[in-house]
Amino acid sequence: MTSDRITRKLSGEFGIGIAFILEFALFAFASPYFFTPDNLLNVSLQASITAIIAAGMTFVILTGGIDLSVGSLVAFAGIVATSLLKTGLPPAAGFAVAIVTGLAIGALSGAFAGFCITRFNIAPFIVTLATMTIWRGAAFVWTDGRPVWELPEGFAFLGTGRILAVPVPTIIMILTFIASHVMLTRTRFGRYVYAVGGNIEAARLAGIRTGRVLINVYILSGALAALSGILLASRMNSGQPNAGVAYELDVIAAVVVGGTSLSGGAGSIVGTFIGAMLIAVLRNGLNLLNVNSYVQQVIVGVVILLAVMLDQIRRKRK
Amino acid sequence: MEPLLAMQGIIKRYPGVLALSGVDFTLQAGEVNCLVGENGAGKSTLIKVLSGAIVRDAGSIRIEGNEAHLDSPADAQRLGIGVIYQDFKLVPALTVAENILLGTEPVVGRSPFIDRKGMDEKASAALGLLGEEIDTRSPVGHLSVAKQQMVEIAKALSRNVRILAMDEPTAPLTEWETANLFKVIRSLKDRGVGIIYISHRLEEIFEVGDRVTVLRDGAFVHACGINEIDRRGLIRKMVGRELENEYPRAVLARGTEILRIENLSSDRVSNVNLTLYRGEVLGLAGLVGAGRSELARLVFGADRRTGGRIFLDGKEIAPESPHEAIREGIGLLTEDRNRYGLIMQMSIRENISLSSLRAMLTGPFIDRRKEETAARQLSDDLRIKAPDTGVIVENLSGGNRQKVVLARWLNTKARVLIFDEPTAGIDVGVKYEIYTLINRLAREGIGVIVISSDLPELLGICHRVAVMCEGELTGIVEGTEATQETVMTYAHKNRR
Repeated sequence: MTSDRITRKLSGEFGIGIAFILEFALFAFASPYFFTPDNLLNVSLQASITAIIAAGMTFVILTGGIDLSVGSLVAFAGIVATSLLKTGLPPAAGFAVAIVTGLAIGALSGAFAGFCITRFNIAPFIVTLATMTIWRGAAFVWTDGRPVWELPEGFAFLGTGRILAVPVPTIIMILTFIASHVMLTRTRFGRYVYAVGGNIEAARLAGIRTGRVLINVYILSGALAALSGILLASRMNSGQPNAGVAYELDVIAAVVVGGTSLSGGAGSIVGTFIGAMLIAVLRNGLNLLNVNSYVQQVIVGVVILLAVMLDQIRRKRK
Repeated sequence: MEPLLAMQGIIKRYPGVLALSGVDFTLQAGEVNCLVGENGAGKSTLIKVLSGAIVRDAGSIRIEGNEAHLDSPADAQRLGIGVIYQDFKLVPALTVAENILLGTEPVVGRSPFIDRKGMDEKASAALGLLGEEIDTRSPVGHLSVAKQQMVEIAKALSRNVRILAMDEPTAPLTEWETANLFKVIRSLKDRGVGIIYISHRLEEIFEVGDRVTVLRDGAFVHACGINEIDRRGLIRKMVGRELENEYPRAVLARGTEILRIENLSSDRVSNVNLTLYRGEVLGLAGLVGAGRSELARLVFGADRRTGGRIFLDGKEIAPESPHEAIREGIGLLTEDRNRYGLIMQMSIRENISLSSLRAMLTGPFIDRRKEETAARQLSDDLRIKAPDTGVIVENLSGGNRQKVVLARWLNTKARVLIFDEPTAGIDVGVKYEIYTLINRLAREGIGVIVISSDLPELLGICHRVAVMCEGELTGIVEGTEATQETVMTYAHKNRR
């Protein structure tokens, strides 16, 4: 009975976990440099930007929705934050205003999308396709198409700094994932996310304020996209209006490879983490093996397909 | 003469479960053989084997004496086997004709183009055999459930079906539609079609059946002509023991008022006045579509109210959402537990606690121990059959699923509980448990309203029966004077 329970608990991430370990072993065997602290920290840094967004996207996809606006929000929140850094406020206050406003933009965008979805009953795909276009356009309008340069000293620390050799974005990513995991598995909000994704009408009739749950997942997704946007701007030490193009696809790939069902109701943050790492390790490993970058794209695509296929087969067996 | 269908020693194993342990079943041409048994008895599994949806582990299937090769749905179709499932396999956006001829569309000459006229003619012909006139060009999604069912039967007929299995076909039908379905079944019999009929409504079995086959726990128990057994005997075969009384009615003293509704209205309900007292079980009767579920949903805040007032324990409440209604202490066990009640991918525990998570918190976090304790206690109390509360509800039988929803509402500590068709599709044994529970709740002072289309059930367990017709409350019958006739008179009051 207890072993039955353990398998039930593990089965969600089991397949993808095995795939990840295999991949890891394969690259460690093929490249001497792969399994060094330097390289692994580097992989985590490269993965962090999309992984943080993927944590938020997991909540959205669990409700059966999708958020296509995240890539554009990366750019727009980055632009707004970097612009605010140049208003001449004292550094501490300036940083705080820039970061808080950047995050607020993401949250507000999510709230707006959630409102349109729940109030006017428009498909999430359509609403966030629209906000995606709106924010991308806004980023170019705001900057007239030019990057925001010459940022104050110290801002670069967020994206390029290290604490005890660990990159700051990596630390923020890990904290984001821990917080998301706890939120999803231990709080009422998390439980309601699964319920809404599993059967929204039954959830409503069980007394769940489903509209509120939906709006909150888009707020979370937007805010985390904005957080990533700020980190990316810091790493590039500039606000770029064309930052984060097509990130939504990498993010959705990480979530789906991690075993979260696009139809909602099933999936996990742990799965998403492994999914994001699997893709990042794959890219890194192929780079180390000097695989041509065009060929890399093909391989990444095939791996995404294989991962999801394996997951489907496993589900069918059950 | 060889029987039309002879299934012998059918065995089907699932991991850890023997779903069918050597079941025999025979069907003659032109007869209705009713397949009965409690939930989990193996009826659906047997039908799935026959339809090729699952492959048997052992056993033989003969059709007119010939060993049938039956490993896939395509085999079943080739052999003339058709199944009408509860949830129809129709494409809502396609027209009636397109659905009936799906996959067998006639074409113009040898071209790739569909012969629309030929299609309409063929579809009309198939419907004509049923005595149905349905516009073959209207989308199936626009039809009533009863008409969709007819389209499904016509679809089977157009494929020259000889063996037709029907799984709870009358569940979504009104009385009149049921009578029509029975007429169609009789005409199919005359054409030599053998019909396997599954239903939990025993009256129907005695009305439409020629023979009856009883399964229990995956095993064959009994088969005989319908005239050789009575209702009581049939229940005994199904349950495996004697049920002393099908409907237990508690003797209770009517207490104080707990719920009062005044002139409650919506677009489907008009001006309903009703008072519910502590210690009674109030029935809500009426034909399908009379507005009973809609009235319940209004009180529960699930639908928009256009007028009227609701008083709970003398205090006016105005729930605008189920969330608010639950906070006031009103619970609604919705009809169709799979669609409106349960989150299928969630565990028993998570489904039970879903409406009462606030009480399960320690700080901002759900306290797993509190949650598990409550779920364990309720699932023991209601005798939910599962190894532990972590089992996903999708893997439970209908009766156990209903108990999970019941447990959820018991956990909310509601003051008024409305049960909408609580025993639909549930076997006799579990029905009895649910009746007993309803009585217990009434005794504990909870206001109980039961909506049911099963009139003998309502008369059997309720102290008063309120009757609705076309959105209006047309009468209230006291238990002592309640008969099927008086209730049906009120249920038809507004009809010409």
